[in-house]
Amino acid sequence: MEHKWIPNSSNEIKKSMLDYIGVKDILELYNDIPKEILINEKIWDNLGIGKKRPLDEIEVEKVIDDILNNNLIFKESKLFIGGGAWPHYVPAAVQYLAERGELLTAYTPYQPEISQGLLQILFEYQSLMADILEMDVVNASMYDMASSLGEAFLMSYRINNKKKILIPETINPFHLSVAKSYTSPHEISLVTYKVDPETGYADIEDLKSKSSDDISAIYLEYPYQYTGVVDVNAKPIGEIAHSKKALFIMGVNPTSLMIYKTPGELDADISIGEGQPLGLGLNFGGPYLGIFATKWNAEFVKQMPGRLIGMTTTIDGSSRAFAMIMQTREQHIRRSKATSNITTNSGLSAMIAAFYVSLLGKKGLKDVAEATWYRSHYASKQLSYLGFKSPLFKGEFFGDFIIDVKTNFEDLRNVMIKEGLLFGIPLSKYVTWAKDSWGLLSFTEVHSKSDIDLLLDKLKKIKGE
Amino acid sequence: MFKQAKWEEPLIYELGSGREGIRFKEINDEFKKILGEISIPKEIKRENDPNLPELSEVEVVRHYTRLSEMAYGVDSGPVPLGSCTMKYNPKISLKLSTDKRLQLIHPLQPDSTIQGLLKALFELQNWLALITGMDICTLHPAAGAQGELSGVLIIRKYHELRNNLNKDEIIVPDSAHGTNPASAAMAGFKTIEIPTDNSGNMDYEAFLSSLSYKTAGLMITNPSTLGLFEEKIIDVAKAVHEKDGLLYYDGANLNGILGKARPGDMGFDIAHLNLHKTFSAPHGGGGPGSGPVCIKNRLVKENIMLQDLLPGPVVYYDENDKMYKIRWPGKYSPGLMKSFFGNVQQLLWAYTYILSLGPQGLREAGEMAVINTNYFIKLMKDSKGYSIPYGSNRYRKHEVVLSAEPLHEETGVTAEDVSKGLLDSGFYAPTIYFPLIVKEALMTEFTESETKENIENFAKRLKEIENIARNDPNEPKKWPLNTAVGRIDMVKANHPKTITPTYRVNYLRSKGLRGPLR
Ligand SMILES: Cc1ncc(COP(=O)(O)O)c(C=O)c1O
Repeated sequence: MEHKWIPNSSNEIKKSMLDYIGVKDILELYNDIPKEILINEKIWDNLGIGKKRPLDEIEVEKVIDDILNNNLIFKESKLFIGGGAWPHYVPAAVQYLAERGELLTAYTPYQPEISQGLLQILFEYQSLMADILEMDVVNASMYDMASSLGEAFLMSYRINNKKKILIPETINPFHLSVAKSYTSPHEISLVTYKVDPETGYADIEDLKSKSSDDISAIYLEYPYQYTGVVDVNAKPIGEIAHSKKALFIMGVNPTSLMIYKTPGELDADISIGEGQPLGLGLNFGGPYLGIFATKWNAEFVKQMPGRLIGMTTTIDGSSRAFAMIMQTREQHIRRSKATSNITTNSGLSAMIAAFYVSLLGKKGLKDVAEATWYRSHYASKQLSYLGFKSPLFKGEFFGDFIIDVKTNFEDLRNVMIKEGLLFGIPLSKYVTWAKDSWGLLSFTEVHSKSDIDLLLDKLKKIKGE
Repeated sequence: MFKQAKWEEPLIYELGSGREGIRFKEINDEFKKILGEISIPKEIKRENDPNLPELSEVEVVRHYTRLSEMAYGVDSGPVPLGSCTMKYNPKISLKLSTDKRLQLIHPLQPDSTIQGLLKALFELQNWLALITGMDICTLHPAAGAQGELSGVLIIRKYHELRNNLNKDEIIVPDSAHGTNPASAAMAGFKTIEIPTDNSGNMDYEAFLSSLSYKTAGLMITNPSTLGLFEEKIIDVAKAVHEKDGLLYYDGANLNGILGKARPGDMGFDIAHLNLHKTFSAPHGGGGPGSGPVCIKNRLVKENIMLQDLLPGPVVYYDENDKMYKIRWPGKYSPGLMKSFFGNVQQLLWAYTYILSLGPQGLREAGEMAVINTNYFIKLMKDSKGYSIPYGSNRYRKHEVVLSAEPLHEETGVTAEDVSKGLLDSGFYAPTIYFPLIVKEALMTEFTESETKENIENFAKRLKEIENIARNDPNEPKKWPLNTAVGRIDMVKANHPKTITPTYRVNYLRSKGLRGPLR
């Protein structure tokens, strides 16, 4: 069957190639496959794969159009929802650069001399993240924040061989599930420390009582993605970890670090984060970007998972050059002794983050961070005037916060969907510590004051009815 | 002649300052009036501004455009990286997978609001199951290696639920990709490596004698990384099952048998697919990918089926509610592998590819990939510099591993030198030094996307390199000359005193604030 994506598929070319190979029938090329499992063409064609026949481009576009039109699409300004992925504006220049074919269709830069541009962009990604986090070493990406977390816990275990890790009660539940998948084969136990029910900050007394000498790490989510709270106790928590010769691991939102103290300054040993806010769409869950960083410490860097790009020169010293470094940690060399099995990572997402951070720059990124702060604080205050308990936790928060609507939140959310607004996450569906009346709301730079006021008006109307 | 762009492009940090790449017009003014200045508790307030660029939009676009001109993808020319299946990434799929209507769908939107998307994901799940001959798939894992980890975690859980706690060994052939043993180790297994016999199959006797009550499972890719079909696969599957082990199919090489044979029919219990290989999603300079995992739904023990152990969501159609819904993993699953559903953009690439080709086109793709490989082999048969170790008289499937060992012995020119010579003529190089069992390996995979002419030119260039090496073995050591830079100082790149993973380290080192990496 001739097809435009298969350039040798005309009968003429194909026959000339088969003749040259010296076979009459293509099946001869499969003569080592046991007859009983060779699949008959008729059967294959009628299994029900695709539409059982090739579709041309016009037909394909129509099918996909139907798929995309058959969803309720909310504009950014109508999405008041976070929980690990947030609506942010994706500038046109970022989207354009993401589609450059030389980058999009490249493989991992195994041949550095012909891949310098790709390598430099990844190096710039690592560098830009390093400056946002104030951490020295950043890898070239993991799949997403959840898998970064799983890998961070395994790294901690490799470094100090201890099998207990303390995690906050209000940890992102998706991250928790992934962390369990990654750590359970090694019998690492994840022990929860409480948060204060008033402020949402870590309960330091509880944390201290659980910090025995056998803990491998303390993990802090900063901000907590399912409460929005930014923990003022970050520094003491790190100090408790270090007093037990345990690692301090921080999970961050890169945007928030424009206005909050960084993991570097707070002396984190490993910092991970979700890069989705940096120019990646929501895309129903992926692809996103797992940020992974550590300190300037050989022991840590050697135990780091994933790829690292380094800056060096050509052998003749004539020009600056970039290449993959410290590859002896990786699976293609170390096999079962590798620091991780990862190879395909989130390279393009990392490049997109580099485009985004470069474009917004120091000022633009800070504007976004401040806008996120302002909008969430404004909304929270206005919601409290409407008679909701808002914010539920009184601690410092960034972007996201919980409100208690005193009736079933999911029901309210469903009414709001009919009004054309995606109003938050019914928390009790995802975490055990929430009541049915609690919802997690999210605000960013995409929400103008009139967008928020519209939301408030609709709520007022619904409450009045 | 090929000559790559060479821009001597500065780092983004070195490009000047004081400009704005985006302008959020007085974005916060209104709110400031109401709320006053931002008040952040001093314990956690950032006092310094980070060292980030301040550039205009045109400067940023030019910088990255220039850098992209010093990169090389399938859109630039042939990328015959073996085992990577660098096929063409159709532009219609790019258009559809980057559609704003997908970009705006939040991962926690209720199922009822995304019926169109769920229908497509449901169909894709089914198509992948049909293509592999398996029963049920989750589209969740983010890449092949994560699919593998999901698979070995399923194997672990399976034995745990059956109380076979002493099953702690996973068998892998020595030709396996490094991710296989690495994934097995991440799931807490020991790996047993089986040598490859002269015909290119896993050594059957060695395999049989490695089986024991400790065998938890086998991980294998078929066709292997040598491009050869495992001829005894059915017997292998039986033997593993007799020891109550499970068989894992590494689907990275599915392109070699697409439309011809299916892992489900060979006896595999679990399989992953690389949608960024066989199903045309792009590699993005390293990722993201997508690695769905499919299983044969066998009984684990009373009331528990293997599908209950899947570590990711599955879309199903609820006949009562007349709608598509997502079933999230339950209590027998090892847990999730990443946040949310999966890498949905990549899933849409695969969906579009399958839709466009249909079953006939998929078979054609598989066949043409195999014809291209064997055509290339025939072109190389008369060469003395390159040999084809293992099963030398067998037809290959998706790829072939040439060995430059004869050339190396004769002239000292290595597989690496050869690959630099290929770069100089405008080809990307094959995967080199892998699989580990072939000396001076040049693992070459054209896929169905390469033209006959390019394959011929590639073979011609290999022979030309061979001749140059014979005439002057020093010349290849100077290559590449036509790429943006020449060979790179990897000693400096990795030395504790000079290693530079970020600009920050470079800067702090220049200020005397960072010593050697110790
Ligand atoms: C044979 C084989 N198995 C597994 C993998 C891993 O897949 P991924 O890179 O998607 O993680 C690859 C590709 O790198 C491969 O070639």
